[in-house]
Amino acid sequence: MNHALLVAKNLGRRKLRTSLMLVAILIAFFLFGCLECFNHAFYASENSAAADRLVSVNKINFTMPLPVSYVERIRQMPGVTHATSQSWFGGYYQDPREPLFMFATDPQGYLDVYPSIQMAPAQKQVWLSDRTALATGRVTAEKYHWKVGDHIPISSNIYSRSNGSHSWDFTVAAIYSAPDDPARESLVLMHQDYFDETVTFGRDQVNMVMFTTSSSKLNDSIAKAIDAAFANSPAETTTDTAAAFNRAFTAQLGNIALIISLVVATAFAAILLIVGNTMVMAVRERTREIGVLKTLGFTGRTICYQILAESLLLAVTGALLGLGAATLVLATTSKMLQGFVSGMQMVPSVFAAGLGWALVLGLVTGAVPAWSGLRLRIATALGRR
Amino acid sequence: MAAAFSFQLRHVSKRFVKGKETISVFDNLDLDIPAQDYVAVMGPSGSGKTTLLNVLGGIDHVTSGEVHFNGQRVDTLNESRLSQWRAANVGFIFQFYNLMPVLTAAQNVELPLLLTKLGRKERRRNVAVALDLVDLGDRSKHYPREMSGGQQQRVAIARAIVSDPKVLLCDEPTGDLDRTTADEVLAILALLNREHAKTVVIVTHDPEAASHAKRILHLNKGVFVERTSLS
Repeated sequence: MNHALLVAKNLGRRKLRTSLMLVAILIAFFLFGCLECFNHAFYASENSAAADRLVSVNKINFTMPLPVSYVERIRQMPGVTHATSQSWFGGYYQDPREPLFMFATDPQGYLDVYPSIQMAPAQKQVWLSDRTALATGRVTAEKYHWKVGDHIPISSNIYSRSNGSHSWDFTVAAIYSAPDDPARESLVLMHQDYFDETVTFGRDQVNMVMFTTSSSKLNDSIAKAIDAAFANSPAETTTDTAAAFNRAFTAQLGNIALIISLVVATAFAAILLIVGNTMVMAVRERTREIGVLKTLGFTGRTICYQILAESLLLAVTGALLGLGAATLVLATTSKMLQGFVSGMQMVPSVFAAGLGWALVLGLVTGAVPAWSGLRLRIATALGRR
Repeated sequence: MAAAFSFQLRHVSKRFVKGKETISVFDNLDLDIPAQDYVAVMGPSGSGKTTLLNVLGGIDHVTSGEVHFNGQRVDTLNESRLSQWRAANVGFIFQFYNLMPVLTAAQNVELPLLLTKLGRKERRRNVAVALDLVDLGDRSKHYPREMSGGQQQRVAIARAIVSDPKVLLCDEPTGDLDRTTADEVLAILALLNREHAKTVVIVTHDPEAASHAKRILHLNKGVFVERTSLS
């Protein structure tokens, strides 16, 4: 026998009640794990944006096109090191309900602006040289079981070809990874030239121009210079950092982080009340036993620590089960969610934060009964007056 | 103060405040309990028997006066010191046994030893000795719910003596037991007093239980109205 066993025995004296409390805590931390990992994956592109990367889009909004000539003009601006563009293709493979994140781009420029993209040199060579070739991120290739060399038809729900068809034939030339920028691993990239050649409208236009600067300190001045250069033109620009652009883009979907925080906070508040109230009741039921322990010589402080240990053990066990369940669920559903948000997996920072919150939950829910145990007078506990 | 005494109470008063009312349990009480004495305290309900036991065990503070144990003043100790003193010197036996239902007999008996520096093996040995002394060596792994009232009270006695305290304070230890079982428990208390040199103070309504003591103190309205010596 030792103090730890005493704590465990006390916790296990009403198994149904303890199990229900564990389930309540498990659910809260399962929600926490899933939602925070979603949050993490959702904002991954924003977080991974390089400080020296900027984006120019049409000043009206980013769905309005810019002339493709802007790419070269921006590339020539002082302080700009590399520039490329992308145009939303509206592509899908077989099932129109599952759109691809597919863009037409200038391949070499794209690789220059996004150096985190890693592809085999031979594949890169084929992609750069073959206009009908496309490069696909690892995640999308795995989802559709594409292999290098596959010939695949991709349709567009926006554009049509001069022959009236909505379908384009591509050769998978490269499958790339981007460990530092996991959101990019879901993209499919085609040649801007091929796009311009074959579409019936929207030729020589791009949705946005992405470029890098020689120093992030120059970002503001270069952005102002670009916007000034295209001022009073039919397609005025607004230029910002890639991180700011990503933030503005995700903000259109609402403040996801706030919504997630509110859901998690509500779940935690409910669990706090349930577990706190149950702990108070559980300790109150043991008032007489606490009195006996004090009679035997246990100090108020020892009793206090034992009650805190009980609530901490309960909270940490529930949290580990909840976070473990979230890890399993994320691992099994991440592929299904790839089309919506990629890179959904349990991340160490979320797991660690969960355990941190479990400690807080344990301490808060145990505080009131522990204080009662500390202050309880033996004569009162034994019901002598 | 002479160390021959287990307890000496000098001019002890105890009052409770209930709302606007102050209730005096006893006033200016003096009492000497020599070492190895066996004292029974009797009296009607509300006479102050249990409060006296609480004061002796450091469970309740006196309003005024002094409480000495083996020459050391204990009424001035803080809660932490008082806990240590209780753990080292006093064993309690209650009417309703007050065993922890989630612990086995052996684990219940071991509880006071968790506060000592004894190692696991030594604790187990002491627990076995204590359980053998109350003739429950074969029930060590049984839970309280699996034992009769008499057996539970014997476990409670084993728990009270396992850390080898000098004094046993017993509050109606036979109040919940039938006559035969009560006699067994009283025989154990007498044995502990006689052969193990324990000072025993027992609070009881039962004249039969009191008759096992060396002397009986009759308490009424906080005053010792009669002192009977049986030895």
